[in-house]
Amino acid sequence: MTAMDAYNFAYLDEDTKRMIRRALLKAVAIPGYQVPFASREMPMPYGWGTGGVQVTAACLTPDDRLKVIDQGADDTTNAVSIRRFFQRTAGVEVTEETEDATIIQTRHRIPEAPLQERQIMVFQVPIPEPLRFLEPRETETRRMHALADYGLMQVKLYEDIARHGRIATAYAYPVRVEGRYVMDPSPIPKFDNPKLDDSPALMLFGAGREQRIYALPPYTRVESLDFDDHPFVASKADHACDICGATESYLDEVITDDQGGRIFVCSDTAFCRSRQEDRQ
Amino acid sequence: MNIQPISGGFSDAPRQSATAFRSVLEVMSRPGKTAVLSGAKPPAPLSIAAGTAILTLADSNTPVHLAGVFDCDALRQWITFHTGAPLVPADEADLAIGHWHDLEPLDRFRIGSPEYPDRSSTLIVELHDWPQENARLTGPGIKTKTLAFVPGNRPTDFPLGLDLIMTMGERISALPRSTEVEFL
Ligand SMILES: [Zn+2]
Repeated sequence: MTAMDAYNFAYLDEDTKRMIRRALLKAVAIPGYQVPFASREMPMPYGWGTGGVQVTAACLTPDDRLKVIDQGADDTTNAVSIRRFFQRTAGVEVTEETEDATIIQTRHRIPEAPLQERQIMVFQVPIPEPLRFLEPRETETRRMHALADYGLMQVKLYEDIARHGRIATAYAYPVRVEGRYVMDPSPIPKFDNPKLDDSPALMLFGAGREQRIYALPPYTRVESLDFDDHPFVASKADHACDICGATESYLDEVITDDQGGRIFVCSDTAFCRSRQEDRQ
Repeated sequence: MNIQPISGGFSDAPRQSATAFRSVLEVMSRPGKTAVLSGAKPPAPLSIAAGTAILTLADSNTPVHLAGVFDCDALRQWITFHTGAPLVPADEADLAIGHWHDLEPLDRFRIGSPEYPDRSSTLIVELHDWPQENARLTGPGIKTKTLAFVPGNRPTDFPLGLDLIMTMGERISALPRSTEVEFL
């Protein structure tokens, strides 16, 4: 018996995958709506993206080529263990190149390389409910979504402006999907929000602890919430990458020594590496 | 008495249902697109595509309604044996299978509630042949617009509504509730 046969394909049992698959189809049919599902225990802690892992497990086929990123990097402990998990349980090919991947599971970033129609993005989501910090009661947030009553969210953003002179939210910046549901895009930087709009790729979101799945079909209208007098700005550090020189990519600030030295580098490590290789 | 296992299921369920699901996900994500869906060998009159969709999506938690000629002994036994899905009247169904005229009137099916629009039926509409495009589709999943065959008007009050899966032979396409349909 090979290591793979010791597990069911992609770890989860068939009943669980079917349940997740049915939820995924509803999520695609109702863009931005959070479909409840019965999340399963996974052999990793909740903070490790068990929602995303379950969505990926339900979508993977033996022909897929999987990329896993964490904060833009393929080589963090979290990304490496999820990638190895699916190599072991599904026998799929893996890659670090965005262009070569058919499924990309991610925590906190959307790759810099343009996505393609044949690709599926799977986002790990800690808190799927964009209204949760304004309204703790599930019955109330559900009612607000049912009525498309998002006044409270507008008030919160406007209070930001009153206090800070701008909308202070930098991550998990809320979006409106096809003019209907307000959705949490997961803790991606707001720099990535425009990549959600009209994307050629299907985007799936899984929250394990909170037991929700939602989706953005390809070519879906996704608008970041804003105001006429304070339009949304997809900001990033005003620098070029100190390694590859890219001016258009999202940058991480890296402390280099205890003298306060710091550099800015691409958060998308595969993007940065391919630019370095191109220059050689 | 026939105690033979009923044939026509998946020979390698984990991999075949994974591949089949991706085809269903693909067409539900891109209305107007068709894909190949195969793996199951259901008894007549069910198509290979519809049979494969049922094996991929249905189990004991998924009440199924059989409409018209599909409500026959051979199919009842096949679905019960391979999925364990309870067979139910239209108003209790998560999944329904039939020709369009047998599925009508569509207001018998659940379209979800404002709080839970996902608690709705998905209709598998079997087509006799793949007819001419008769509608212009726009909405999520469609780059600008696309032409496709739509069997008729379906009740939609987005986010409430019915999602359709159209099948014939080994072919499948889908029409989620989010799609705007303009008949030509
Ligand atoms: Zn760089």
